[in-house]
Amino acid sequence: MANNNPVVKTNEIKEIRTGSSKLSLKVKNRIFQTGVLIWFSLFALVIIYPIIWLGLSGLKSNADFFLNTWRLPEEWLWKNYKAAWDAGIGHFFLNSVFITVVSVVTVLLLGSMAAYGLSRFQFKGQNILLVIILSGLMLAPQVSLIPLYKLLQAIGLYNTYWALILPYVAFQLPFSIFLMRSYFLSIPKELEESAIIDGCNSWKVYRHIIVPMGKPIIASCALLTGMNVWNEFMFALVFVEDSALRTIPVGLMNLRSQLNTNFGIQLAGLAISALPMIIAYIVFQKQFVRGLSAGSVKG
Amino acid sequence: MTKTFRNSRTAILFILPALLFILFFVFLPIVLNLYNSLFRWNSFDAGRVFVGLEYYGRLFKDPIFFTALKNNSLYAVISLVFQVGIGLIIAAVLEDKLIRRFQPFFRTVFFIPSVISIAVVGLLWQLLYNPEVGLVNGVLKTLGQSEWALSWLGDSKIAIYAVVAVSQWQYTGYMVMLFLLAMQKIPFEYYEAAMIDGASKIKTFLYITLPQMKEMILVGTVITVIGAFKVFDEVYVMTNGGPGRSTEVLGTMLYRAAFRNDEMGYASTIGTIIFVVTLTLSLIQLKIGKSGQEV
Repeated sequence: MANNNPVVKTNEIKEIRTGSSKLSLKVKNRIFQTGVLIWFSLFALVIIYPIIWLGLSGLKSNADFFLNTWRLPEEWLWKNYKAAWDAGIGHFFLNSVFITVVSVVTVLLLGSMAAYGLSRFQFKGQNILLVIILSGLMLAPQVSLIPLYKLLQAIGLYNTYWALILPYVAFQLPFSIFLMRSYFLSIPKELEESAIIDGCNSWKVYRHIIVPMGKPIIASCALLTGMNVWNEFMFALVFVEDSALRTIPVGLMNLRSQLNTNFGIQLAGLAISALPMIIAYIVFQKQFVRGLSAGSVKG
Repeated sequence: MTKTFRNSRTAILFILPALLFILFFVFLPIVLNLYNSLFRWNSFDAGRVFVGLEYYGRLFKDPIFFTALKNNSLYAVISLVFQVGIGLIIAAVLEDKLIRRFQPFFRTVFFIPSVISIAVVGLLWQLLYNPEVGLVNGVLKTLGQSEWALSWLGDSKIAIYAVVAVSQWQYTGYMVMLFLLAMQKIPFEYYEAAMIDGASKIKTFLYITLPQMKEMILVGTVITVIGAFKVFDEVYVMTNGGPGRSTEVLGTMLYRAAFRNDEMGYASTIGTIIFVVTLTLSLIQLKIGKSGQEV
């Protein structure tokens, strides 16, 4: 608000200097604004229309889908969603929920502990540990695909939920530790010091001070990790063979061949898998953006 | 002395579980991959034959490898133009004082595709590109441009562009968000000074926004290029490297070698190439990040 005054003044100065009337500046601004809004609205339409089309086409019968690509469904077939759910999406969905929840909880627990150890203690070798953990951010999962596949077979976890959960946790930890560590560094030390004087050990400090005060960043980490795990495709394709264990992105691939001609049900399946993330993003936008903002400082 | 010792032991206990996870599931596989690439082996037969660097020699004679490199590079260049170039312009316009009150709506909408699984987006666009029932040709026909209605994923000359286009649709809004967050950290005084000098919007963008955003633009550039060399999901889902091998990228080439042709050693050499490329780019990014911190 305080910034408004100088703006008005500078406009006045400019007008006096250039001699242009107040009206023409207004007209120019109006043209600029309208032009931009038209451009952005078109762009927004290109972005959002396919997603709306996805949701609506999921409600159409096959004939309706072929003949009326553009129109609203002739008859709103909610049973497509039910059919997609029963055709296997329901099962894949629950697998995804389980794997995502276990992975996120593990990442948050181990990640916040490691971030605490790396931000609240001074010890030799600390920087080396930090560098090792953070360089996990740089490694492309493709490189690990074959060795992990063999490794998981060797330890007998291939084709189980753990074949996905354990690699997911390992690959998500570095980014969460990076975010939580920088946040924990900004928590003032005074509280902790008085707690230690009162006889709290380091575990209690972690439980009763760091975790409660770090809640905002922990929430951001939960969202970003959850999104990455929910959406992951390549590991889920390779490390699990049994279709009863499939997560939703790979399960949808399988359904594509199975439901080859039934587009309505196929689209309903896609909508079911996309919806939770879209809703989570819209509801928790603040936490999402905080995570991105903290993470993009160094990339 | 004893106090520091105990202190460091506690710290390591807190760090250890995460560290073990990362060492075992992230670092060990990298080492194993290098080792694996020196042998001829397949997934069901226990026997391994040492072949040294033979597979690397073969890789550099494989025309598909160069198709893949070309496609990954094409991915990188087009993504730089759209996500970094156009993304930056969109962010700057959204920050303009005449547009800013519409910003929350647009940035939310633009960001939405990036929260959806790439595999799901790939399956969706495969339907949108469908020559008969797809929305893309539907739009073109409605606009009276029937001759533009092509078989987008079925033509080996254009399929890779159709696949790359989907990534731009999905991730331009993500970059816009990152750029907006960085722009909002630029001190307002700089813009105020420009206004007093009567600088135009374009000049303000060129002489204030761009130099202030230098670090973020470089980071965005590196993230985008790394992403282009890690591409797998969308190609696998939409074209699986076809038609022919025209849309093959390093990721799909690795997958095909490993899990279709069961040539694990050869697939591992492709893994090594991805490792070298992404690591080099990441080190560049790290250097940029460091130099930015000092400023």
